[in-house]
Amino acid sequence: MGDVAIRVEGLGKRYKIGQRTGYQRMTEKLTQLLASPLRKKESSDNPAFFWALKDVSFEVKKGEVLGIIGRNGAGKSTLLKILSRITSMTVGAADIFGRIGSLLEVGTGFHPELTGRENIFLNGAILGMKRPEIRAKFDEIVAFAEIEKFLDTPVKHYSSGMYMRLAFAVAAHLEPEILVVDEVLAVGDAAFQTKCLGRMSEVAQSGRTVLFVSHNMGAIGTLCSHAVWLDSGAVRRLGHPETIVAEYLLSNRNETGQRHWDGGIANPGVTELKILSVSFLAENGTPTATVDGRKAFYVEIVAHLLQPLPNSRIGFQLTTLDGTPLWEAYSVDDKTIPSPSSPGIYSLRCQVPSHLLMPGQFLLNVNAGAPGYKNYFYREGILSLHVEDTYGSLAFPEIRRSGPVFPNFRWSIKES
Amino acid sequence: MSQSITPDNAAGAAATDDLPTLRLRPRSGWQGLDLSELWHYRDLLFFLAARDIKVRYKQTFLGVAWALLQPLTAMIIFSIFLGILVKVPSDPGIPYPIFVLCGLLPWQLFSQSLTQASNSLIENERLITKIYFPRLLIPFASILAGLLDFAIALVLFAFLMLYFHVPLRPTILLLPLLVAFVVMTALAVGLWLSALNAQYRDFRYALPFIVQVWFYASPVVYPNSIIPVQWQILYGLNPMAGVIEAFRWALLGNTHPAWPLLAASAAAVVVLFVGGLLYFRKMEATMADWV
Repeated sequence: MGDVAIRVEGLGKRYKIGQRTGYQRMTEKLTQLLASPLRKKESSDNPAFFWALKDVSFEVKKGEVLGIIGRNGAGKSTLLKILSRITSMTVGAADIFGRIGSLLEVGTGFHPELTGRENIFLNGAILGMKRPEIRAKFDEIVAFAEIEKFLDTPVKHYSSGMYMRLAFAVAAHLEPEILVVDEVLAVGDAAFQTKCLGRMSEVAQSGRTVLFVSHNMGAIGTLCSHAVWLDSGAVRRLGHPETIVAEYLLSNRNETGQRHWDGGIANPGVTELKILSVSFLAENGTPTATVDGRKAFYVEIVAHLLQPLPNSRIGFQLTTLDGTPLWEAYSVDDKTIPSPSSPGIYSLRCQVPSHLLMPGQFLLNVNAGAPGYKNYFYREGILSLHVEDTYGSLAFPEIRRSGPVFPNFRWSIKES
Repeated sequence: MSQSITPDNAAGAAATDDLPTLRLRPRSGWQGLDLSELWHYRDLLFFLAARDIKVRYKQTFLGVAWALLQPLTAMIIFSIFLGILVKVPSDPGIPYPIFVLCGLLPWQLFSQSLTQASNSLIENERLITKIYFPRLLIPFASILAGLLDFAIALVLFAFLMLYFHVPLRPTILLLPLLVAFVVMTALAVGLWLSALNAQYRDFRYALPFIVQVWFYASPVVYPNSIIPVQWQILYGLNPMAGVIEAFRWALLGNTHPAWPLLAASAAAVVVLFVGGLLYFRKMEATMADWV
């Protein structure tokens, strides 16, 4: 028993429909009371309730890094909120062995009017650090955030990069035995994300127990030792991160080879660019999830630029099911045509050459951003691609060849 | 190695491997107070209060002057309209301006603290939904900021005492106790209203109305002596009645302490405060879900 860090048993959390989206009006409550004063207040099969988590059980051993994956609304954040005591569960139990610290947002409690120095102390205290502890780590935090010159400037005058660095620096110096982290890496520029991930893996390797929610499947794969897949509030799979990630990504696949978003989607908070649709197109231009490896096909991304975006690029990555990238291709690669930079709706088509991919399953990641400055859109596993086994000419068709690519090799063989 | 970040309760301090540091269970119904946890988070209380104070004075153009202007303006207006024109009586031998200011000081401390405390949970929604700490700290911290304004307004009062030649009495030493009484009253009501306010936004709109009615129900602009004797105890159930009267007695001195009034007020505060604490604690567990 001594090596357990977190034990969760039969955890369930019930919300009233609409409870999380808004407060009530007193009059509504009164009307309810008057209308049916005798009705029992909470019956669990009442349709006005839904279970955000139901019967979730798992155990995390000391030193493990557990990745929690699942779609939006699967209950990931609710689980973290319960474990960090932000809210209470409806049924079940959770035991935590060790001091726990949680980081559900970077910069919680930062006040724009306060200076960098003041915010370090306030934020540190909010995260649960004591004054002497903050003082001891103060220089380290300032150095990590690279804001020495602006320590006594109100943070409202900071650039967003400086703000994020400072906020993360305070959080990164929190040293609990068990760390609970929610998607904090989804913000900031690429350099910042690299820094965050670096710090996260340091924490993970220092023997601390970490619970980590992310939509970044690459990060889950590299940082975590175990993974839990939550689906509609319940544990769907539990185990090795790479296996779980692969299964999860496959479950998201879309058989039409095309995804379309009304109004477009982008990273949270991004207003500069929206992705309207992503498709695989066969040689003749029709959307398809299955291609013939002997023929060329297209990846098409329709993007809406809402403002001038010089130095930005839009592109994609094709990966194997375990997330290993085959390549990254961007709109700026072809020097013969300009990459979109002024406002408008663009349809970008990239031809993938014939005779390139080994028959099997692949996943598409889409990425749009200004390198080194800001990422507008990044999503892994948007579409899955099935390359049909049409290489009838394979010498030994019964044996699966290894590797993800299968170019049309030319051999010359001479008998001598 | 690492510093403690959640309260070291009995199990955690001993760091035994078999007992959990934290046992999380469904929480419903009435909860007691966890004083050791509150003590553990005392730094946060300080930083939250410091934030409120700094932000308030940084954002306003007049800054500290507001703390003087508010009671000064109110005093002048009441002195002209009520003291001179309507001829509202003051306590015997006390000029109306200093009489009314002596009521305004505790009143403004109360109304400001009450308003801050009642809105505190909503204003700190981001914190509540993103991190754990005892939620009680929020209304408590919001009240500390009002004390600074009170201290500044006290300077104004000292000038008036000099101007009207009101002698300093030893009873002034009771001032901290009286201030504590006012703060506790504001907290008692503030705990109720903040928790209710977070759940039902109606209270946000009702609050200014409540404060206004309460103002007229308290002896701020008129002396307690105009209330008939047989109604004094009932009147005292408004805790501000007892404590404003006690302020006048302690600072101006021309009345006798109104013990039955004060006793009724003290009893009312204790009941309100304990009830407020219990109600707040009951709502605390799931506050993040509906704030």
